[in-house]
Amino acid sequence: MPRIKQSLLALAVSAAVGVPAAATAQEITIGVSIPAATHGWTGGVNFHAEQAKERLEALYPDIEITISTAGDPGEQANDLEDLVSQRDIDALVVLPFESGPLTDPVRRVKEEGVFVTVVDRGLDQEGIEDLYVAGNNHELGRVSGEYIRERLDGEGEIVVLRGIPTVIDDERVQGFQEAIEGSDIEILDMQHANWNRDDGFEVMQDFLARFDDIDAVWAQDDDIALGVIEAVRQAEREDELFIVGGAGMKDIIERVMEGDDLVPVDVLYPPAMIATAMDLTVQHYVSNGPVVGEYILGSPLITQENAEEYYYPDSPF
Amino acid sequence: MNDVVPERKAPPSGAGGFSLDLKTWGPFIALLALALLGVLINPAFLGLDNLANMLTRSAFIGIIAVGATFVITAGGLDLSVGSMAAFIAGVMIILMNGLVEQFGAGLTTVLLGVGASLILGVGAGFINGIVTTKGRIEAFIVTLGTMGIYRSLVTYLADGGTLTLDWDVRDIYRPVYYDSLLGVPIPVLVFLLVAVAGYVLLNHTRFGRYCFAIGSNEKVAEYSAIHVDRIKTLTYVLQGVCVAVATIIYVPRLGSASGATGVLWELEAIAAVIIGGTVLKGGHGRIWGTVVGAIMLTMIGNILNLTDAISNYLNGTVQGIIIIVAVYLQRASWRKTGP
Repeated sequence: MPRIKQSLLALAVSAAVGVPAAATAQEITIGVSIPAATHGWTGGVNFHAEQAKERLEALYPDIEITISTAGDPGEQANDLEDLVSQRDIDALVVLPFESGPLTDPVRRVKEEGVFVTVVDRGLDQEGIEDLYVAGNNHELGRVSGEYIRERLDGEGEIVVLRGIPTVIDDERVQGFQEAIEGSDIEILDMQHANWNRDDGFEVMQDFLARFDDIDAVWAQDDDIALGVIEAVRQAEREDELFIVGGAGMKDIIERVMEGDDLVPVDVLYPPAMIATAMDLTVQHYVSNGPVVGEYILGSPLITQENAEEYYYPDSPF
Repeated sequence: MNDVVPERKAPPSGAGGFSLDLKTWGPFIALLALALLGVLINPAFLGLDNLANMLTRSAFIGIIAVGATFVITAGGLDLSVGSMAAFIAGVMIILMNGLVEQFGAGLTTVLLGVGASLILGVGAGFINGIVTTKGRIEAFIVTLGTMGIYRSLVTYLADGGTLTLDWDVRDIYRPVYYDSLLGVPIPVLVFLLVAVAGYVLLNHTRFGRYCFAIGSNEKVAEYSAIHVDRIKTLTYVLQGVCVAVATIIYVPRLGSASGATGVLWELEAIAAVIIGGTVLKGGHGRIWGTVVGAIMLTMIGNILNLTDAISNYLNGTVQGIIIIVAVYLQRASWRKTGP
């Protein structure tokens, strides 16, 4: 409301003075296109995007941020068209549903002269985006693998629960396998649990039925990890193994903070990266330094000592 | 049980006259074959723990599928069950978390949550039924609509994240999923009870006969003074109750609900019903077949988890082939007699 009043005032003033309105009211519109909150991690993305919008708009009155969420790649492509044609955006922050189908729609936005920031999932063609902000999936796998290797003294039998079969999952598993290469750690089996609690529970139940000896579980994701925890509790085998998840869900971080032996650590892959991307995009307009290129977040190991830094009690994730 | 209503495929005057063996026993034979495959792949399949895990898991889809058997037999379809389960689970969790302050983390809180679940199930089923029958809209469209509504409502309630049940309440509620009575896990017992009740209702009551009649030919049923709309609505209410019961034993498992809860359960429930020998077009239903169908679907996933011989990427292919082969075997008798 105040903003409308303000711009009306600006309009009135500029009309009175006889200057074109656009010259005085340098409003910048940033469009943010993200997947709808269909599972925990994207729920976190939505939460942090809303938070960043509030914070940035309060900080910079000239900047207006529009968030649109899409349920599938097709819908997201439509959103991008609407953001350009209806909202006339100056900059776009996009977390693509899938890389392939959205490469062309994002390229077309770029051709309209919009500043483009791509988040998390890279596009299939190079050179479209001005700025790329992402977590590091390979690194997530590597950090997890190194922790398990160290904790087991390079020797033991483990099981791996994978995500939805995608590039993200492949990169993580590749990083993990590289990290344990050359040690005597044996992966008994890997099965897809699709970043889903119920699937994690069922796959882990079956692993527990199949293998009498498991030293560690790499669940790769905190949703899967929560399912795994329940399966292990049911089988009463909490004492023989530990679980490493990934992402930084608050329920898991809480356990890490409390020093839970079953979940001693977590590996960060934060949904808050959308806020990082929005911040940087705004900096492109307000900073006198250049903001282009790649910004890759680390995937640090979250331990009992540093867990508090990564704890967002208000976030739904 | 087939003398009540003429077979869909047989000429109305002369029912019988061909063997029903494969139709009745097909699902059971397929289940046995699948179990044999499981043992061959990994002897751990026969472990008591594994069998208990598998049957317990199949209870959700199984209970929902018993309800779906009624809906489909009466010529309807309900696509909303998965979302409905997620929505009911979400409301239950919010309610119980809220009640903790008033009643403490005790039996009262859990019972109120369970009661709310049943009320919601009846209500949601009634809405599906009444809009389908009184609104004269295809069940596919109505339940596709409610499917989207419940799914987005649970996402909204969870603020896009996950709803988690209060830890103290969980400790009290947990046994409903994890405990056993006389060596049988409670969810399996509930599944059995629902199946027996469903069998009696479908095969030994007037309501059941009406379901067959309406599914066979709605017009004829109407002319026979059957309250078609009322019976059809009742099948959806029954479906809602089954979803509520399934949710009641689902919530204590992980103590959480999110937008990802119960995704594709509707397709699994419908698949279980069809594998079991119920006809998708209606007019013919089989509760025990449905039970076997639900167990088979869970068993396929379980067997795939017990082996690494098959690439994980091909799990869906294996599942698809087994489902089609199972139904192919079961329909052998139809092919012999012709349509």
